[in-house]
Amino acid sequence: MTTWADAVLVARLAAADPHGIGGVVVRAGAGPVRDAWLAVLQNARPAGRPIRRMPGSITDARLLGGLDLPATLAAGRPVAETGLLAETDGGLLVVPMAERLSPGLAARLAAVLDDGTVRVERDGVGQCRPARLGVILLDEGQGEDERVPDALADRLAFHIDLTDIPWRDAVTPEEPSPVAETGPPAEDALAALCQAADALGVVSLRGPLLAARVARLLARLAGRDAPGEGDTVLAARLVLGPRATRMPAQAPEEETPEPETETAPEPDSSAGQDAHDPAPLDERMVEAARSALPPGLLAGLLAAGARPRLPRAGKAGVAAAARHAGRPLSARAGDPRHGRLALVETLRAAVPWQRLRQREGEPRRIRIRPEDLRIARFVQRTQTTTIFAVDASGSAALERLAEAKGAVELLLAEAYTRRDRVAVLAFRGTRADLILPPTRALARARRGLNALPGGGGTPLAAGLDAAAELARTVHRGGGTPVVVVLTDGRANVARSGVAGRAQAGADALCAATALRTGGIRTILIDTAARPQDTARRLAEAMGARYLPLPYADAGAMSAAIRAAT
Amino acid sequence: MIVNGSTHAMSREPASVSPLNAKPDAIRTEGRPPRPKPNGAAHAPTTPRAAAPTFPFSAIVGQDEMRQALLIAAVDPSVGGVLVFGDRGTGKSTAIRGLAALLPPMRAVVGCPYACDPARPGDLCHRCRDHAGGLEAHSVPVPVVDLPLGATEDRVVGALDLERALAHGQKAFEPGLLARANRGFLYIDEVNLLDDHLVDLLLDVAASGVNTVEREGLSIRHPARFVLVGSGNPEEGELRPQLLDRFGLAVEVTTPTDLPTRIDVVRRRDAYERDPEAFCAAYAEADATIRQTLNRARAYLPSLTVPDATLEAAARLCLALGTDGLRGELTLMRTGRALAALEAADTVGIDHLARIAPACLRHRLRRNPLDESGSTARVARAVAEVFAA
Repeated sequence: MTTWADAVLVARLAAADPHGIGGVVVRAGAGPVRDAWLAVLQNARPAGRPIRRMPGSITDARLLGGLDLPATLAAGRPVAETGLLAETDGGLLVVPMAERLSPGLAARLAAVLDDGTVRVERDGVGQCRPARLGVILLDEGQGEDERVPDALADRLAFHIDLTDIPWRDAVTPEEPSPVAETGPPAEDALAALCQAADALGVVSLRGPLLAARVARLLARLAGRDAPGEGDTVLAARLVLGPRATRMPAQAPEEETPEPETETAPEPDSSAGQDAHDPAPLDERMVEAARSALPPGLLAGLLAAGARPRLPRAGKAGVAAAARHAGRPLSARAGDPRHGRLALVETLRAAVPWQRLRQREGEPRRIRIRPEDLRIARFVQRTQTTTIFAVDASGSAALERLAEAKGAVELLLAEAYTRRDRVAVLAFRGTRADLILPPTRALARARRGLNALPGGGGTPLAAGLDAAAELARTVHRGGGTPVVVVLTDGRANVARSGVAGRAQAGADALCAATALRTGGIRTILIDTAARPQDTARRLAEAMGARYLPLPYADAGAMSAAIRAAT
Repeated sequence: MIVNGSTHAMSREPASVSPLNAKPDAIRTEGRPPRPKPNGAAHAPTTPRAAAPTFPFSAIVGQDEMRQALLIAAVDPSVGGVLVFGDRGTGKSTAIRGLAALLPPMRAVVGCPYACDPARPGDLCHRCRDHAGGLEAHSVPVPVVDLPLGATEDRVVGALDLERALAHGQKAFEPGLLARANRGFLYIDEVNLLDDHLVDLLLDVAASGVNTVEREGLSIRHPARFVLVGSGNPEEGELRPQLLDRFGLAVEVTTPTDLPTRIDVVRRRDAYERDPEAFCAAYAEADATIRQTLNRARAYLPSLTVPDATLEAAARLCLALGTDGLRGELTLMRTGRALAALEAADTVGIDHLARIAPACLRHRLRRNPLDESGSTARVARAVAEVFAA
């Protein structure tokens, strides 16, 4: 969570050097606070710096540029069209609903941020134009799962969160606030920034590098030649704080003096800086950054241990071509028998050649040849399917089952608004049954759940295998599966259907490993009254998030799942 | 290793190779008055800035495997390209651009759009072959061509020349990016996000070394032998196995985790951003040394033969790993030889194979869903087992 004063400062910095700092990720719903922040940004920008908005449905032709058809025809020679990126040169590009940005679009923006130029190789136009811009990503995502593409966020210096700022606070300040307290010029600020990044678990090296740039920018805005310590500490707070993935070691007095003098870098001829002991500055940075840690980080870490961020490969991979529906992509050459004809694009492709074809003597108004034909392409956003694999054996007491049913119903009610689907598998006796095929229908789900029987052995391996199979089916259909396993982990029926604890346990671990290698996101909810070591081991084997929930009711369970997915 | 900066343009813009072409191959926009903008805002001039020098190859900290793979591909282009996969901000693009600035120039036919090599009559394009009299040659930089995302097919393979068609009603072929990349490097950043239809095109050309254009009434074949260099982040989508197989070497890069290295990386990048010219000057000598090594290795390569014992070891290694086809063995052999040439070794030994085996083979293994250890570990295990015997 960001304070309004910080948010205003960030807006000023972004407006002052859009390209140098990359830009800002603004997490906030649409509303007066976000509007006020954008107004600050608008007012802070020097004259002549454009601020442009990029709709998510933008085509490559408009974004990158290409052939300007009307001008080409009028001029009788090819005329290039300037794309939105080149038009925003020197300014800021505002991207609304950035959490829904496609990987392709994100990669194009990332390339421009890296190079400061936009390279166009389209429709007979090959050129390289300056596009030294910054990007403002308006992120309206809810929860962990909906966030802006990592590759892009990593390149932007600031990540601010305006969600909890009351709108009364969001007033446009009258005059620029003092930028940073001065201090003596920081000795070896870079090393200190790297150490602070390390302490906060910021892996990417863009973090400290961007922080160093921000520190210089702060100094420049205040009219100083070199950044002082105050500038560097402030930069660390603004840039490194929101990127933190772990809590820094607790308060300095508990800390044994770190071997910083040893690890402090050997003198580097290229940078020409001596190794000083940066410990105090480094610690102050971490302290400063601590105040800017993302909300819930601490709670999340305490609850679940350090959790590596799950790769989002699935989503990117399957947001793939749907044939007839979805968001339009740029058209491509093709046979209309294999797609929908894009009439305007076809005409555009044919028009430049008319004069040539006329000469070749085809006495018709417009001469369209097969190679002109363009077909439209679409991409469809995938939906998440939450698959519950419920242990309905005798060892999982019956009342737990009832709670699980309740949790599923609560999630379903929410899934309807999130356009997600839910499926339920139950395993008991010797096999697993699909109680509820993937659905969004609440009434149907209730019927299926009411029929859920309990009792018998625990064929855990069979349950996990069935869940993995269903997850693969969902994946093939273009959805993103999330598997939630509710069990106490005490398997006693092997894959073969034979009872026996040892073999059943080994089979379950094997099935769990298959889930992990399949790249399926999983959550294991330990339903045992006393959390079991077996369940934890199982969760590790499947790479799952482990949530021990003794005596949890349906509400708590659904809240935990929601937080984890 | 370095972190991608923000401000520095490609070392080679299309304009830098245009002297090769008989005519300008890109539409020039400078001479055209800017169109009125809908928002009426004053627009920055569109003249490109003076390109800052690229981050020197020799200033990259660590990432030895990636640097070695790129140098091997520069010594012997027949190893078949390099795929660089890894975390964000590990300097994948920077290394490739640094390599471009480092490559020694090559001899090419004056005015040939494909930069034909006058010393190799077998590989000449149709224009140079039909040319009466001797071919005039000059020294040009090795092309390193960027294939940007969002490129259209016509620009990649070449198409009818729009300008001449419109203005003069003439039918002429305008060579595309593949023509420009002939004898050089074709670099695709975020190769895993490339459109499927472009991937199909590339697969065919990369395999045959010839680009065949059949469109808009044109029927043209021209040489397109290039080293394919791809980079990407596996978290953003997988590569198709067919494309993976086209790359001779696959290297993985990771963000360094030890503090001194991290500080060194950030320091160098920061120094470069503050004063690119001075920074590059400081590394000019180191770059020149690498350039000399490259030259020497290229000259030495043809005289290096691979002993039978090494060939047999390569075959046994591929057998043990169960890689499909002969491509793995061939790459092992060529890569080992290029490495030996770089190091000016007397012969290609087993140790050369052992060192390059992970890069040559890790992307050719069949997936084993039950084996959790990564492909790199599997190759290392096989190397230890096979070569110990």
